[in-house]
Amino acid sequence: MGYVLEIAQVALALALAPGLVGLIRWLKARLQNRRGAPPWQPYFELTKLFQKEVVMSNNASWLFRFAPYLIFASTVAVVFLMPLLASPLPFDAIGDLLVVVYLLLLGTFFLALAGLDPGTAFGGMGASREMTVAAIAEPTIALAIFGLALGAGSTNLGRIVTETLADPGVVISPGHLLAFAALFIVTLAETGRLPVDNPATHLELTMIHEAMILEYSGRYLALIEWAAWLKLTIFFTLLANLFLPWGVATTLAPGDLLIAIGALVLKLAALGVVVAIVETRVAKLRLFRVPELLSVSFVLALLAVTSSFLLK
Amino acid sequence: MALLSALLVMTLVGGYGLGALGALLLGGRPAGRFITALGGGVGALAALVLGVSALAAAETMPFDWNAAYADNFLSLTFTVDRLGGVFLVVIGLVGLAVTIYGYSYTAAYTGRYSLRLLGVLINVLPLSLALQVMADNAFTFLLMWEIMSLSAYWLVLTESDQPGTVRSGVWYIAMTHLGFAALTAMFLLLAGNDLNASFAAIRAHAAVETALMRNGIFWLALVGFGSKAGIIPLHVWLPMAHPVAPSHVSALMSGVVIKMGIYGLVRVLFDLMGGGPTWWGGVVLGVGAVSALMGVLYALMEHDLKRLLAYHSVENIGIILIGIGAGLIFQSYGMFTLAALGIVGGLYHTINHASFKGLLFLAAGSVLHAAHTRNMEEMGGLIKRMPWTAAFFLIGAAAISALPPLNGFVSEWLVFQALLGGFSLPVPEAAAAMPLAVGALALTSGLAAACFVKAFGIAFLAIPRSHEAEHAHEATLSMRVGMGVLAVACIGLGLAPFVVVPWLARSVAGMAGLPTTSPTFTAGALIQTPLNFGSMSTTWLAVLLLALLGLAPLLMRWLRVEWRLRVGDTWGCGRIGQTPRMEYTATAFAEPLRRVFAELYRPTKELTIDFHPESKYFVQSIEYKSEITPVFERGLYEPLLGMVRALAFQVRRLQAGSLHLYLVYVVIVLLVLLIATRWF
Repeated sequence: MGYVLEIAQVALALALAPGLVGLIRWLKARLQNRRGAPPWQPYFELTKLFQKEVVMSNNASWLFRFAPYLIFASTVAVVFLMPLLASPLPFDAIGDLLVVVYLLLLGTFFLALAGLDPGTAFGGMGASREMTVAAIAEPTIALAIFGLALGAGSTNLGRIVTETLADPGVVISPGHLLAFAALFIVTLAETGRLPVDNPATHLELTMIHEAMILEYSGRYLALIEWAAWLKLTIFFTLLANLFLPWGVATTLAPGDLLIAIGALVLKLAALGVVVAIVETRVAKLRLFRVPELLSVSFVLALLAVTSSFLLK
Repeated sequence: MALLSALLVMTLVGGYGLGALGALLLGGRPAGRFITALGGGVGALAALVLGVSALAAAETMPFDWNAAYADNFLSLTFTVDRLGGVFLVVIGLVGLAVTIYGYSYTAAYTGRYSLRLLGVLINVLPLSLALQVMADNAFTFLLMWEIMSLSAYWLVLTESDQPGTVRSGVWYIAMTHLGFAALTAMFLLLAGNDLNASFAAIRAHAAVETALMRNGIFWLALVGFGSKAGIIPLHVWLPMAHPVAPSHVSALMSGVVIKMGIYGLVRVLFDLMGGGPTWWGGVVLGVGAVSALMGVLYALMEHDLKRLLAYHSVENIGIILIGIGAGLIFQSYGMFTLAALGIVGGLYHTINHASFKGLLFLAAGSVLHAAHTRNMEEMGGLIKRMPWTAAFFLIGAAAISALPPLNGFVSEWLVFQALLGGFSLPVPEAAAAMPLAVGALALTSGLAAACFVKAFGIAFLAIPRSHEAEHAHEATLSMRVGMGVLAVACIGLGLAPFVVVPWLARSVAGMAGLPTTSPTFTAGALIQTPLNFGSMSTTWLAVLLLALLGLAPLLMRWLRVEWRLRVGDTWGCGRIGQTPRMEYTATAFAEPLRRVFAELYRPTKELTIDFHPESKYFVQSIEYKSEITPVFERGLYEPLLGMVRALAFQVRRLQAGSLHLYLVYVVIVLLVLLIATRWF
């Protein structure tokens, strides 16, 4: 039963990811007094891309063709480790939060290499920037994990969820709140949202993620885009289920699971609204100001850990 | 068991002896190269098997050998224990790959350099390494240490006609002898002035030393072993000596020789001294964190492929020391399970670094062999011209960047988990150091990933940037097999941590009060930490990833996704004809990080623009120069060398060239000696 649920939750995440991105885009458009494409537009985009032929650069190697599959596989593998609907699940023990972070880094690593492969300046630019942001976001993520693990006594995601459910007072502790703030900033940076990267830009010189995948098309582009949307869903779920675990089923009863699905959709939508509002309120930062933002999040995470120590 | 190990030791010595002898007699002929490789291969295999059997042995020390000379004036004593076994595995594994690789790699040296000397030394070096980890008294250890240092020195000097080689050799020999002096002093203190005292006697003696003496020993050990391991600021010789040595020698030096510093630290601090006060661990942890961060930051700025790898050795030694430092801290508070976790993480990373750094240096050697340059800006497109080498380099790059499910990830995970355990330390000051170390380690691994995207992406992908790179050729079969051995090790060590971790836990059990913890860390294919704090399984992760990698295209086929593929020109904003000049360079790739860490790098910039004489709106040429002098060279070594030079100038006044003056000196010395003997 647990294994069926694992596969079901991966299918759910894959199905929800485009909708989440569509929702953010639609909300942003509305907030900016535009009509905007409907929230289900990304589903059409995926279908369209899967029906297009691939055009590949003559400089690219096998790595360019292998990377989309690896990026997709590593991102989907992360979903297997996450307590999306219920906790604990059978795969919980084979990967903890550190594994999640480094699996995502595996995808980023190959995406950056694929950006360099066709030999364009844009791809190199995107790869260089992506790795810079990923590298300096890393300490914050590790410290936020430290903060969470301190409270729950484990780095495994399922354990963190069950421990927090058992002791709800933790949620309003300063350590927990600071770690949430730190991880929220990192989420914006890691998933290529404003103010770090502009997902809607048409200007090549200002973009990060879009510059790397400029040479991709057809089914490869579909896989990469889907993986990127899934990554956003993963980070949102981390924020939602690790910091506010209510709704996550602790039994496999159908009623609980239905509640869990509803709670997950609601929480993701709420975070989507927050991000849409943030993205309409702030402008993109210059690339060399991004480290300042990330050092703020690092300090927040450090404070989170320190306060957990002191208040332990 | 004793018979088996005696046989193995004889095979080890015999194999390396045969290799050295073959090289000596046959020199650079193909048969000579073959015997050199054969002997080295036999010796390395024996070391590997001996190490594994020492680790697998139930309880007993499998081998003991004594050779006293002239009434115990100087005695050679050897024994094989489990800690030594770990390092024998490292020596054997990298030694085997290097030997196979070297067989055809050295062919290009025929007629240009002395293959006789190279062949002898490439066998003497691993032999001295193997005997060193078997040494059971201070004299044997120091003797083998010096043979190791000297043979490595001559190996670095192989291409002594190339610019910079001799200078690098001088730096290396100076730093290693600074270390040797510290180690001799340390062993004299440790053994109560008797260098022949066995390690068992030293263990008893070290326990009754005064605190002052023990602290002195600690600092001497840190300087002595640290200068070999390449901790910051004693690392300066590493980025100089490793690039100029032949590549398979670099692999051996970076993979194994610097690990002797780690062996020494663990042996002395844990085994002989039985741990120490908390601040020892704090110092080791701090040095490790600084080395890891600084190492990777300077690696990012390097465009010489082998210098880049050498700086990464500094980084990885730092990561190892973070694990060992955390182990020392926990041990000082009596938290033995966590202490074991830290040391096991450190030792695991030692083996891992040996395999992936050996692999990367061998692959860099293949590139150097094929493209005749170490400068990454002149490479590119090699993935199509040397697919095997590229695949091996990619495996090494992914492993060193700690990407799951490869081996670098497993050991970094263990070190992370040891640090996370720091919250249970009873003293807030010590506990507060742990989050900082976690941050430093995380930043290090993120930057390492960025650096290897640069190294692989610029060197192997896209369009060749030079004529040589365009005409590069794949490495020979023996070179590919050599690299393959280490690539398989990287994958195997990554996928089977549930086998490796218990063995490493057993190798440290019994030292400094550490309990037998091997069953604590594993559960089936999972590895886990005490109190079930965290668990993971790279084995299952690999299965999961492979399944998804296979399923995704199958599912896409089944869903009738469009499968046509057209190859065309890269999009160039409408411009046709892409040239290598349009590609991103290594310098450009690292530019954002150079700006972020500009405070540390303090780069000098020089921009010369040559305008057209008619109008300044037309530019004829632009020259941009930027240089980074590492902060230690700038702040520590340059003033130090300046002082020594000034002192030498003063001393030179003594040497006036006048015979009369020299006679006066002789008389003065004689008088001083006479008075001294009268008084004392």
